[in-house]
Amino acid sequence: MIDMMNANYAAAHAARLARVDVAAVYPITPQTSISEKLAEMVQKGEMDAKFMMMESEHSAMSALIGASYVGARTFTATSSHGLALMHEMLMWAVGARRPIVMPVAARTIGGPWNIWGEHQDVITERDTGWLQIFCENNQEVLDTVLMAYRVAEDPEVMLPIMVIEDGFILSHTVDIVDVPEQEKVDRFLPPFTPEYPVDVNRPMRHGGLVMPDWWTEFRHRIYQSQEVARAKLLEAEKAFEEIFGRSYGGMMEYYRCDDADAILVVAGSAAGTAKEVADRFREEGKKVGVAKLRVFRPFPAAEVRRLGDMSSTIGVFDRSYTFGDGGAMFNEVRSALQPGDSVLKDYVGGLGGRDVTVKNMEWIFDDLLRISAAGKADRTVEWIGLKDGTGRW
Amino acid sequence: MLEVRFHGRGGQGAVVASEILARAAMKEGKHASAFPFFGVERRGAPVMAFCRIDDRPIRIHAGIYEPDHVVVLDHGLMKMVNVLEGQKEGGSLVVNTSMSMDELGLPADRRTLLIDATTIALRRGLGSATAPIVNTAILGAFARASDVVSIDSILESIKESVPAKREQNVAAAQDAYRALEGM
Repeated sequence: MIDMMNANYAAAHAARLARVDVAAVYPITPQTSISEKLAEMVQKGEMDAKFMMMESEHSAMSALIGASYVGARTFTATSSHGLALMHEMLMWAVGARRPIVMPVAARTIGGPWNIWGEHQDVITERDTGWLQIFCENNQEVLDTVLMAYRVAEDPEVMLPIMVIEDGFILSHTVDIVDVPEQEKVDRFLPPFTPEYPVDVNRPMRHGGLVMPDWWTEFRHRIYQSQEVARAKLLEAEKAFEEIFGRSYGGMMEYYRCDDADAILVVAGSAAGTAKEVADRFREEGKKVGVAKLRVFRPFPAAEVRRLGDMSSTIGVFDRSYTFGDGGAMFNEVRSALQPGDSVLKDYVGGLGGRDVTVKNMEWIFDDLLRISAAGKADRTVEWIGLKDGTGRW
Repeated sequence: MLEVRFHGRGGQGAVVASEILARAAMKEGKHASAFPFFGVERRGAPVMAFCRIDDRPIRIHAGIYEPDHVVVLDHGLMKMVNVLEGQKEGGSLVVNTSMSMDELGLPADRRTLLIDATTIALRRGLGSATAPIVNTAILGAFARASDVVSIDSILESIKESVPAKREQNVAAAQDAYRALEGM
């Protein structure tokens, strides 16, 4: 059914179509309307799920870990401070190998108070072991939630997945979404059948003490599963495309990157704006491309390395800052590329609800083309659009 | 691509108006997106909402600064906000008012339609005298002011979009459209 909806409702419909058994949420700000829509669908009987309102995000994640242990397909959604409060249990969900799927409307974290869009909340959780997938539009959010369950519940993966939709820019923008038929989704996504459910007739121990003699092996298994997830993500997308006719470029989508003088790596909704601007530049004979960083965990190092063969100048757009030597996405891209392959520059912007405009993108591409011509970057990190006089459009 | 900017006050339904317009465009086989200005939600405060319509999928996820068309749900806003800011040449302006062009001090260099959407909304029982919900009435006027979407698509979209008083909302849009016949 073709309908018009925001990314939050698209995510809620995906949870319904995935036949989620248990959804646990903390229902107060900074929650999203994902939970409101879920509550409505459960109440109307459109969705046969247990909907639990918890006393915090920490509790919401804890409840899902328990529910998942007994074989329930589990779902929650949060954002900003809510995600931060969940941090401890995010780690636990990974260690307990629970395939929870959670859309996050990516926003900043205060203080001072600001609840608008950027990637800081999810980037801060990049080291927890959750898989992280950034979406460009509302359709991609719905489709990615369905793909996420298939990958997360794969016996060789068994890890939770964050499906990231840009706060406000996608979460509050309505766009055309094709809501798939249940029968097709059932064909794509089998029921969750854990190998080792908590079962009184089959006693075993879960979540107990792991001594130093085995902890490294536990962590190594998580590492191995993250590595296996790369192929599983591609397989899931291929199967999805066969049934639904849509795909999103796997780990990293290369858009007009062939023979590019400069390529911008960008995640989330700004990738769409960048593609539009790249088209306009190409019409003028300026050779730029966009590499949409779709999967951030596991990090697509092999796909990034290909960029080095495509272009000698690579920019990275960071919609957050991690106070290292450049932003998080920039540093991952830099470490994946072979030294000396390409000239790199980090662009930081779109923070706390600041619009990432067409003009911003044009400025970045023009700057990258200047760097390409000069063969060197004027600086490593540039915060775009600053008002204090150093801002350059 | 066509871009429309709505100016309203919190509670008047500007955001829903932008979504109804987007849905109407979808009904005509076009691509569309709609979004509010992401500010702080306060009843009565100036708000903006936006709509993009195109023949191909909409990939831009940025604000609208140079709209083709502008719709003003409350003429009182024009004392506080330059509603014409950035508007492209050739677009239309629709204002909910009982005043005249001269009284409002509007330039004559663009297609402008004035409609008393407040009276229409109240006659159809939409909102209260202090907080009339004028979004559906003004969309009827917008269908007359521009050829972005047809009135029939607007009416169909209203039926699917509004949570309550469907028939009254449809009637309000029709009233405004008919009131501007020949304009």
